Amino acid sequence: MQVDIVTPERRLLSMAATEVQIPGAEGDLTAMEGHSTAMVGLRPGILRANGAGGSKAYVVTGGFAEINATSVTVLAEQAIPVEEATPAVMDKLLADMSEAAAINPNRDDADKAFADLAAVKAALAGH
Amino acid sequence: MPSLKDLKNRIGSVKNTRKITKAMQMVAAAKLRRAQDSAEAARPYAERMGVVMSALASSVGTGDGAPKLLAGSGADKVHLLVIMTSERGLCGGFNTTIVRLARAKIAELLAAGKTVKILTVGKKGREQMKRDYGQYYVGHVDLTAVKRVGYADALGIARDVIARFDHGEADVVTLFYNRFQSVISQVPTAQQVIPAVFDAAAATAEYDYEPGEEAILADLLPRNVATQVFTALLENAASEQGARMSAMDNATRNAGDMINKLTVVYNRSRQAAITKELIEIISGAEAL
Repeated sequence: MQVDIVTPERRLLSMAATEVQIPGAEGDLTAMEGHSTAMVGLRPGILRANGAGGSKAYVVTGGFAEINATSVTVLAEQAIPVEEATPAVMDKLLADMSEAAAINPNRDDADKAFADLAAVKAALAGH
Repeated sequence: MPSLKDLKNRIGSVKNTRKITKAMQMVAAAKLRRAQDSAEAARPYAERMGVVMSALASSVGTGDGAPKLLAGSGADKVHLLVIMTSERGLCGGFNTTIVRLARAKIAELLAAGKTVKILTVGKKGREQMKRDYGQYYVGHVDLTAVKRVGYADALGIARDVIARFDHGEADVVTLFYNRFQSVISQVPTAQQVIPAVFDAAAATAEYDYEPGEEAILADLLPRNVATQVFTALLENAASEQGARMSAMDNATRNAGDMINKLTVVYNRSRQAAITKELIEIISGAEAL
């Protein structure tokens, strides 16, 4: 299936994959060929596309994924390849997010997103 | 009749001006290419966003309980106009066309008894409208230091606008910018972003939404505003460079015409001076 990751500024990834692991807002899911059409909100996490040519993983901070039988299109405001997601980069993301959370009327959501992102940082540091 | 020396100086200075306008034209051409590339790269996101938003909006509808960014605040009293112009001049009618469109809209709103608020992006438009509409200014975004507009700039403007809307300081938000069509044609455009306007016909596939439709919609609406602001900024940047390029092309051509004319005058005066001297010498010799 075709995977596209697009950010507001450019198309980040366009490749053929056998499966795509998506950090959905209500739990992780894996999309494969023949998946029913779905629109899935993303929580901060790691999005991974596995294909014949290897696998690509990105840290995403939110957005959504549009899934259908033959393709996955991920619209993310920010997507950073995991290789580039150093602790310093993650700290910057966390700082941005707490800034955004300060003006978010929905405290619970903002706190949860922050915790998710902190978990991503911890997971990356563990490797 | 100016002296030969004056003419020579004049030709020299016009030649310098031509060099400068020629250089500016080439710089604008290079920047235009970059601006067009950015606009091109941003298109897939904006397009997908538009399709998804129309699908969601048409299924949720604008009835009771719909998000305010979609349904509006229920009033149509305070209009916030976001007027996007350039930070630098020498770009032909670029800023004037946007300002003209905005003026017409403001006059229309004021005549209808609405309250107008103006947020300016770029100082050229701000200067042009200050005398007539300065009292409506509520804010200004300075992008002087920004070499290449990024999504972060759009996000800042979008957050500001949404905050004003949430606090009840604005009911309707409209963006004013120039849409890029070609180097010689930029179309001044007024685009309403809040309440969001969608093309219902674009809605196609049925989706399973996770979490629910409303939750995704509420999450997406602010992003959609930011995306539209970003698109407008990019279109404006490309238009500015396009307008500057054609303005400088004209200036270069005019300078060339002027140099030709001045050179003709210079040559004639030179010949006249030589003829005069010859006549003087010959008549002097004959008198002997």
